[in-house]
Amino acid sequence: MASLIAEIVYRGIFQKNLAARVARGIVLSARKSGRWGIAFGRYGDSPQRNGIPAKDFAIVADTKEELEQNMARYEPKHTDVTIVLDDTLAKGVESWAWYGLQPINKLTVPNGTVLMTSLQSFDSLIEDVHKREEPYTLALIRAKASFSGLWVYREDHTEVRVLGALAKIAPQFLPLDGVCQAIQEIDWGSDLKVASAKKAHDRLESRVVKITEGNAEAPFAFEKPKWWEMREGVTIPAIPIGKPKEGGEGYVPDRNPYFKKYTTRTMRPVIDFDTCVKCNLCWISCPDSCFDVMPDGTFDANMEACCGCGVCEAVCPVEQCVTMVNESLFEDNASQWEMWRKDQAAYKTWLVTKIGDKQGTLRSHGFRFRGQYEQELAAGDLDSGGGVITAGIPGENAAHKTQ
Amino acid sequence: MAVVTQAATAASDEKELLISGSEAVAEALTLADIDVVTAYPIRPYDTVMQAIAKKIANGQLVAEYIVAEGEHSQFEIVKHASTVGARVFAGSSGVGWAYAMECLVVTPPLRVPMLALVGNRALDDPGAFGVEHNDALFVRDLGWMLCWIDTSQEALDTTLIGYRIAEDRRVFLPLAISADGAFLTHSQALTLVPSKQKVDRFLPAYNRGDLQLHPDNPITVAPQANEDWVIEIRRQNDEAMKRAYTVIEEAYADFRRVFGRGPENPWFEEYMTDDAEVVLIGMGTISLPIKVAIREMRAQGKKVGLLRLRWFRPFPYERLVTALSKAQAIGVIDRNYSFGSPFASGVVANEVRAAMYNAERRPPLISFISGLGGREVMLDDVKKATDICYAAARSGQSDAKTHWLGVRD
Repeated sequence: MASLIAEIVYRGIFQKNLAARVARGIVLSARKSGRWGIAFGRYGDSPQRNGIPAKDFAIVADTKEELEQNMARYEPKHTDVTIVLDDTLAKGVESWAWYGLQPINKLTVPNGTVLMTSLQSFDSLIEDVHKREEPYTLALIRAKASFSGLWVYREDHTEVRVLGALAKIAPQFLPLDGVCQAIQEIDWGSDLKVASAKKAHDRLESRVVKITEGNAEAPFAFEKPKWWEMREGVTIPAIPIGKPKEGGEGYVPDRNPYFKKYTTRTMRPVIDFDTCVKCNLCWISCPDSCFDVMPDGTFDANMEACCGCGVCEAVCPVEQCVTMVNESLFEDNASQWEMWRKDQAAYKTWLVTKIGDKQGTLRSHGFRFRGQYEQELAAGDLDSGGGVITAGIPGENAAHKTQ
Repeated sequence: MAVVTQAATAASDEKELLISGSEAVAEALTLADIDVVTAYPIRPYDTVMQAIAKKIANGQLVAEYIVAEGEHSQFEIVKHASTVGARVFAGSSGVGWAYAMECLVVTPPLRVPMLALVGNRALDDPGAFGVEHNDALFVRDLGWMLCWIDTSQEALDTTLIGYRIAEDRRVFLPLAISADGAFLTHSQALTLVPSKQKVDRFLPAYNRGDLQLHPDNPITVAPQANEDWVIEIRRQNDEAMKRAYTVIEEAYADFRRVFGRGPENPWFEEYMTDDAEVVLIGMGTISLPIKVAIREMRAQGKKVGLLRLRWFRPFPYERLVTALSKAQAIGVIDRNYSFGSPFASGVVANEVRAAMYNAERRPPLISFISGLGGREVMLDDVKKATDICYAAARSGQSDAKTHWLGVRD
């Protein structure tokens, strides 16, 4: 069978257009060598929600019949390449469909490739990715996650860098010439982007991940009930009311054991319990009821329930009492309050390190104000891997749109 | 397998685009140069309205684009626009289509030759957006023509053919084209888009003639009527639907003549049925897992074929009987339900049963329900259905019950 199946794992809203470009780019590049292809999004996802992990797929094959063969499963069971557009997804993804937590490398075939955009080291990333029984290759494009919005697009060349890297990973399906030709012709393409794709091709870093390496945690999973076990009338039991913490103090709500949502998070709140004034605002404002009330009246953000929206940081009246920090700087979902209770001095040191990380506290969500993109360009914050990027590139090939 | 390098398939006057079924419909609507389109968002149909809006925004299509305040108005507006001579389009999904029901009911008796795209979606409750065919089937008894499509190419071609059929004065009935949510509306495939010149050779302008509301043609549309008139009006619709059989055959033949592609048999696609002992029947994109399963089963010596129904109204009962009479068993896989129906079967199974009633040879018929709410129909489901059909072929008896495939039980 000569076919290539790629999944593109991305963040809802922030990367929806980016993922669609990559998927289309794969098919159109392969078409240049006469292959057939299809690009589609996983329908069970809800990519119109901020940060929600979602997937697109692209399948290319030598013949139409082979393409059909691979499309017989709407959602492929295995992928030759798993493309990850944000490295915080390395911790695994929980889709809106009822899958539990899926390791990022779950669908990747043995000896297949996980291709990621990341500035982290290989070792640091591999700690996040679940261990598995077959080796695979981790390939890195050196770039931070490209986040924008549904109506704005960050022209930082990420889409073409991914395509260039794929030409290195799967040249038999995506020869670099074809990729470059497709980029040149596509309505969002340009000569500059061709140069970026070539550089990404040449600069791709990769290493084999052994079966002994990775996060050994078993991802949470559950069995779905039979039709005759389910309550009738489209009715489900409510989540039971929660319980006080120790000594009848505080309050911890019960939570949905089947749907945790925390893989939506790209940043998490880090809380200074020493400066907390116990005003309740974070607790009231949290759209996901993620705060547990501690016996001393402070609030601990429960990392199994936090989506990382940042509302708590916005409403907190005390400076640096709640600080959003990039998810890649954390290894687990352990309670911050318990860490603080155990050793307050050590917690303070930990907290200062986390919130003092300049890169880690940069807001990872999309554009927040007019002119931010120009500001980032001026600051040299965008690494295209190619030539100089200027604002206004989307118009370069606009003529294609009206042909 | 050796790498086969395909020559660029697009003839000089055609271009090849990577587009979804929804975008393919918008391409066809642009080529058909529609005049009025109404929109109201509901997934998965909303991808069509977005694609049309883009066409207008890019200056490729000049049309009135009216965002209605709900599906009811959406279909009411195009009905009126059509009576003054506009070529119109609207669409919806699931309960949105249901909300438009009052307007959908009046469209056929007024002989409004509109096109609608139903992006098939499960009906609430539970709120869900996966494919089920019950939404489009709401209108099966009302004078709407109904067909199901399978690929982006078929979406484009059927939209063009659809206007040709609906606007034929012998028919003048609305047509709803059904597209499976997700599998077709959200998947981008390589699709040939013909030139406007070619389309103009195939699709004449909409001419409403003596039915057009115009100051020069003073008429009253839809006066109140009592029992002195109603049954005659129904009989007119009945005749128009019967005439559609001929018009559909003609339109497909002409499409093939102009574009050099398209099926010889408009009504259904037959895949490996020539020597088939078991023939499976389905509508829409379910064809894909069935075809792949058939190839695998044939490698094991099982002679299985697929009959994918394109047209449901008018229902091709005569051709179906001919095609099915040589099978040893028939398996109908419905992506819909009809609770309390004969044998608790799906809609298509009972239509096929009715069609076969007068046939000289009636092979055993087994009914299956699968893929509801967007659940994937798996290769193993198809193989299990085939095995049940083979058992029926051996016993010569139809199973009196309906089998559910892919349900957790």
